[in-house]
Amino acid sequence: MPGAIHAEGLVKTFGKVRALDGVDLDVPEGTVLGLLGPNGAGKTTAVRVLTTLLRPDSGRAVVAGLDVLRQPDEVRRAIGLSGQFAAVDEYLTGRENLRMVGQLYQMSGRAAKARATELLERFRLTEAADRPTKTYSGGMRRRLDLAAALVVSPPVMFMDEPTTGLDPRNRQQLWEVIQELVAGGTTLLLTTQYLEEADHLAHDICVVDHGRVIARGTSDQLKQRTGGERVEVVVHRPEEIDPARAVLAGFGKGEVAVETHTRRLTVPVTGGAKLLAEVIRELDARGVEIDDIGLRRPTLDDVFISLTGHSAEEGQAAAEGGAGNGAGPGEGGQGPRSRKETDQ
Amino acid sequence: MTATAPTASAVEAPQRRGALTQSVRDSLVIARRNLIRMLRIPEMIIFGIIQPVMFVVLFSYVFGGSIAVGGSTSAEAYREFLMAGIFAQTVTFATAGAGAGIADDMHKGLIDRFRSLPMARGAVLTGRTLADLVQTALTLVVLAAVALLVGWRTHENLGKVLLGFVLLLLLGYAFSWIGALIGLSVRTPEAATSGGLIWLFPLTFISNAFVPAENMPAFLRHIAEWNPFSATVQACRELFGNFPPGYRAPDAWPMQHPVWASLIWSVLIVVVFRTLAVRKYRSAA
Repeated sequence: MPGAIHAEGLVKTFGKVRALDGVDLDVPEGTVLGLLGPNGAGKTTAVRVLTTLLRPDSGRAVVAGLDVLRQPDEVRRAIGLSGQFAAVDEYLTGRENLRMVGQLYQMSGRAAKARATELLERFRLTEAADRPTKTYSGGMRRRLDLAAALVVSPPVMFMDEPTTGLDPRNRQQLWEVIQELVAGGTTLLLTTQYLEEADHLAHDICVVDHGRVIARGTSDQLKQRTGGERVEVVVHRPEEIDPARAVLAGFGKGEVAVETHTRRLTVPVTGGAKLLAEVIRELDARGVEIDDIGLRRPTLDDVFISLTGHSAEEGQAAAEGGAGNGAGPGEGGQGPRSRKETDQ
Repeated sequence: MTATAPTASAVEAPQRRGALTQSVRDSLVIARRNLIRMLRIPEMIIFGIIQPVMFVVLFSYVFGGSIAVGGSTSAEAYREFLMAGIFAQTVTFATAGAGAGIADDMHKGLIDRFRSLPMARGAVLTGRTLADLVQTALTLVVLAAVALLVGWRTHENLGKVLLGFVLLLLLGYAFSWIGALIGLSVRTPEAATSGGLIWLFPLTFISNAFVPAENMPAFLRHIAEWNPFSATVQACRELFGNFPPGYRAPDAWPMQHPVWASLIWSVLIVVVFRTLAVRKYRSAA
């Protein structure tokens, strides 16, 4: 039984670039698939093929039980698309934008108007409803764009980098909306460069690079591939590295990695927080002064590096924040980055 | 964010319509959107009017008196001769507006949004060209008033004069389809504006619009006489009664039958460029 979104062997080339190089996807009804990859990996191309905007060179795709290539009009009735850019008319008001989209979904004028009011309320845009969207903030525009994709409450949604360019607060709000949607039974395919986002929202993750799916599984399964959790310690003085190494070797399930210039030691462990407490007591007993200690789970960025040999963010050390608190990347908010995929 | 799951009752089931009804309705929804935009960017309309008004004034006072039409260099005769040319040139400038507007929609991701909706395929472009038609009509009204002020008069009955304006609007509508194709083919709105304008200059100057084609070298004269643009200019002069005294139309068929020639050219341009533009829209990447 194929899922709400199902694709086999999608290939799309632009000149010499193979933007999609044999992509298979399957998203069971009511779940979220995160398509994770760096700029130019082929994420946007995949979304454009699945939303009938682009014909693949070969392969087939079914969305909501409808053949994307043979029944594009029926597919369009069943999907909502929120693209990489907030695609709203900047000279129209929020209300006018939503009403127009409703009418183009073939709702009657009155129904489109009522639905616009309802969505504006839901996305906290009522106050700004009758202002041209030119005056909206980036976050408001994104919300309006998402509202436009939800006008007919489509069973299948596509979101292409929905939070790119948003500040952490707005991103958090958008995540909440997405979670509510999924709780309501919507099937969602989401592309992102934010590892944290895929981790947070997606049931399943496909890691794509150079037009291919290079790994798939749940966030936990992918992290398992890179190894389990580890303890990371930063000692106060260089001469404390050796005693600390001896302590960690006693608790660890593998080799202790040492970074001398940062005085950082890392060792794979099992046993979680309880073990961490024991490590701290033992270090303390030996008089090792520590600057920082934490239980660190492998982040998706670790997964990405181990799969592709390069960081998903290419140079931006997003995993930085992971040291010390074990919460994973991204709590500091991620910097702005290029919004254009080279594969368009 | 306070959110409620969308209730089924709030969302009316999309209505199924016949293809033609849907096409007309979707086009009108898009036309309405473009008209709202025009009202919110009034400077676009104002500049669109100032430019031809300037042409009317400049041409009639600078060239008037120097250019012989029908064997006379009287400034009055030239002014009457000139207006059909300026009107026709003005309506063809709609090309640039349509092109820039559609390129802008592409650039901002709106075309992607429209293409992902279950709407009629040609409606985005038809809606745009219809809105441009409204703007063109508005510009023509202002321009005709200015022309009357500088001394332009018609010498035929109202029916014929109105038919002249209908032919002008049709020409403008046809050219906005050329603009639509340009807008879908270029990468930026700026490129669409210049791409929509540069070829209009040779097209409108190698014609009978500003000087009588009879004085041109033979090869230019042939181009001018078969130029679609010349046909409408000639038709308007005939319908407005603006031929200079003693004027004899050239032997070329479009100059002898300008109303038909204008009609045929405009319809042909609409059919050809609409087909090309809609095809381009459907595969727009």
